[in-house]
Amino acid sequence: MLRYTIRRVLGLIPILIGISIFVFLFVHLIPGDPARLVAGQDATVKDVQLVRERLGLDKPIPLQYLTYMDNLLHGNLGISLKTQQPVIHLIAERFMPTFWLSFFSLAWALAAGLLIGVVSATKRNKWQDYSGMFLAVSGLSLPSFWLGLMAIQLFAVDLGLLPTGGLDSWTSYILPSFTLGTGIAAVIARFTRSALMDVLKEDYIRTGHAKGLPRSRIVWGHALKNAMIPVVTMTGMQFGFLLGGSVVVETVFSWPGLGRLLIDSISYRDYTVIQAEILLFSLEFLLINLIVDIIYGFLNPQIRYD
Amino acid sequence: MATEKQIETMEWAGTSPLPARKSPFSRFMKKLIRQRLAFVSGIGIIGLIIIAIIGPSIIPYKITTVDYQYVLQGPSARHWLGTDPYGRDLFSRIIAGTRISLSVGFFSVLAGAAAGTFLGLLAGFYGKWVDSIIMRICDILFAFPGMILAIGIVAILGPGIMNVVIAVSIFNIPSFARIVRSSTLSARAALFVEAERSIGAKNRRLIWRHIFPETISTIIVYFTMRIGTAILAAASLSFLGLGAQPPSPEWGAMLSSGRDYLDTSPFVTLFPGLAIFFTVLVFNLFGDGLRDVLDPKIKD
Repeated sequence: MLRYTIRRVLGLIPILIGISIFVFLFVHLIPGDPARLVAGQDATVKDVQLVRERLGLDKPIPLQYLTYMDNLLHGNLGISLKTQQPVIHLIAERFMPTFWLSFFSLAWALAAGLLIGVVSATKRNKWQDYSGMFLAVSGLSLPSFWLGLMAIQLFAVDLGLLPTGGLDSWTSYILPSFTLGTGIAAVIARFTRSALMDVLKEDYIRTGHAKGLPRSRIVWGHALKNAMIPVVTMTGMQFGFLLGGSVVVETVFSWPGLGRLLIDSISYRDYTVIQAEILLFSLEFLLINLIVDIIYGFLNPQIRYD
Repeated sequence: MATEKQIETMEWAGTSPLPARKSPFSRFMKKLIRQRLAFVSGIGIIGLIIIAIIGPSIIPYKITTVDYQYVLQGPSARHWLGTDPYGRDLFSRIIAGTRISLSVGFFSVLAGAAAGTFLGLLAGFYGKWVDSIIMRICDILFAFPGMILAIGIVAILGPGIMNVVIAVSIFNIPSFARIVRSSTLSARAALFVEAERSIGAKNRRLIWRHIFPETISTIIVYFTMRIGTAILAAASLSFLGLGAQPPSPEWGAMLSSGRDYLDTSPFVTLFPGLAIFFTVLVFNLFGDGLRDVLDPKIKD
């Protein structure tokens, strides 16, 4: 298991380097002179030259990359072009609201998705299956920004039960988590259904029936445990969706998180913040998938030896 | 357990004397019709395509006609779905927006599928370092969550509907490359490819005449399944202000401009959202059905 884990971690190194190159090049890919961008539109030629030297933009690109990596490894993500604050502070402030939002969204999505998936698989081709799968495909097709706005209209404006946005108390989490989790719940439900149906065809399930085990014990005790293996991987991949979706949902609910920071930074052309955020989002995604891979190794011993 | 050969003979024995030969297309249609929901959604897609083609020329109002006497009116006989904050007819704008959403969805997946298929064929066919390089690049692209990658690309290129198409097609490349690579690997090992190779066929011919046709059903299924996602992603980017800009009748952009009037005139956000939902839903349902008919191996 340790060897497997080490191999997984080592396998990430080339990807990490690749990501850092992409993210580094980001600022250079923007049309125009980065030094002028930093100095501002009405800066003089001399100011631009000063900025260029200060940021080391006059050095060759490979050298700039090494400087960038050196800064990165020391936790220096640069200075926000708009607020002149260190980017790392801006991100640190916004990290926890996004973390908790993602956490609650995934938690309810897993609970609902697993339940719908199991019910659909065990009641195959009955009304429970059809309605479960119709719910799931609808959840997959709903635009989250629209769902969020409609939820605000119904629960916050018309019924006055919940806040319309922002983060003041725990009730603020309900509508955004519901909105962000819907698409993921749908994917998990569909995936659980097909994984569980595959497992229910296995011989050992028939053995279970033959020796008179109660049906609930077979489904929840034996089948689901094995069906969980692909579901775990799928859930890890859904994190990418969660991170991307948080940008949209945070914009709808005026959420003080990383997603809205990204959109605000784009409208202010605050490229250092955009760059840092893209890096952070992809690192998070990689880290979560690493954790998922390791859990997968625990659940399925075969995978460790391939 | 009966072996495959036995099953084959059993099937033959059951259909005497010889089964009527049906074209692959009619067999495909028969299976598809059996998937009732997919069939209905297929008709829905045809309907949407017709609306996209002729819609803009039959709408009752011009999409830019501003009428300050009828600002934010609810649905009525005069304006079926009401009017927006500038008094423009929502029904006409939603109909006109169909063309934008369908073409953005279609072309962004098409471009991503074309590039991804090409890379996947190369990687799967040539293997070795070609495969390593292409797949490592895909791994890196995969490490960026799809929407984040698209937002990053739009941040570089600037907002606009064309740039959204480019962004969405780039995030479609790696998944197509992976899927086509794995079908290429199994096709390359097939006996008929081996036979063709042994009579001296060139690589180019092997790839395009023999291996590519083997992968095509997988590509079609995946293509259909991705269109819904692409339409959603493009609408989300427009909603965020990164895609189509007002006064374009793009659904996401319309929805975003109706946001400020949500409490007094919810229909301005309701109807464009329903249009997105319905369009994505029919594509997803059709994709599901097509997968069950053509290629049950692919899951979500």
